[in-house]
Amino acid sequence: MESKRPVNLQLTTMKFPPMAIASILHRLSGVILFLAIPLLLYMLDYSLRNEDVFLKLKQCLQAWPMKLLLWVVLAALLYHLIAGVRHLIMDMGWGESLTAGRRSALSVFVLAAISVVFIGIWLW
Amino acid sequence: MVNITSLTGNGLRDWLIQRITAVILGLYFFLLMGFIFLHPDMQYQQWATLFQMPWFRIASLLALISLALHAWIGVWTVTTDYLKCTALRIGVQVLVFLVLLTSLIWGIEIFWGLT
Repeated sequence: MESKRPVNLQLTTMKFPPMAIASILHRLSGVILFLAIPLLLYMLDYSLRNEDVFLKLKQCLQAWPMKLLLWVVLAALLYHLIAGVRHLIMDMGWGESLTAGRRSALSVFVLAAISVVFIGIWLW
Repeated sequence: MVNITSLTGNGLRDWLIQRITAVILGLYFFLLMGFIFLHPDMQYQQWATLFQMPWFRIASLLALISLALHAWIGVWTVTTDYLKCTALRIGVQVLVFLVLLTSLIWGIEIFWGLT
């Protein structure tokens, strides 16, 4: 198939408006969450076995590398959730204009940043 | 065009399933995080009791199935967009499919296992 569409492969010459960044971060956080599924199931499995294993897991999660890992997963989850709500709102026909899209994308960044900081404080 | 690797082979149906499962997952997340926030020093008994309640087991299973469907549609979309080499794309998608199916079975075993 012959394509007549222009091809521009120089990423540095392209503009990435907030909407594009919001979209790519939504995808990136989704992939991170997919990769986190086995880890989360593993922790859930162990947490429900018996009291000894539960306490061992609880202690293990106190170590900073585990906390950091958990924070990254929770950050991805919070961003994915907030950006997802924006999607659902737009699907209902609200805020579909360019200015509204830009504004809501920026709102997603701000809300996500606040909740990621909050969840970090809660973890530590 | 019908795509044989997408969940339902129908973009609009995939789109709708993605939204329904998203809402289920969002609600389940709030439920679980709410419980964790309300119990700052969680004990095994409290945690295990929650997962023994019939309504929570059903909610968990619903979330688990939603997660598998939601993740499949999402990862399918991303891999279809970025992996141009067909062999590589199909390979990765098969791997993702197996991981999700295994997670689903594993999850059911955690929530409904008799041990």
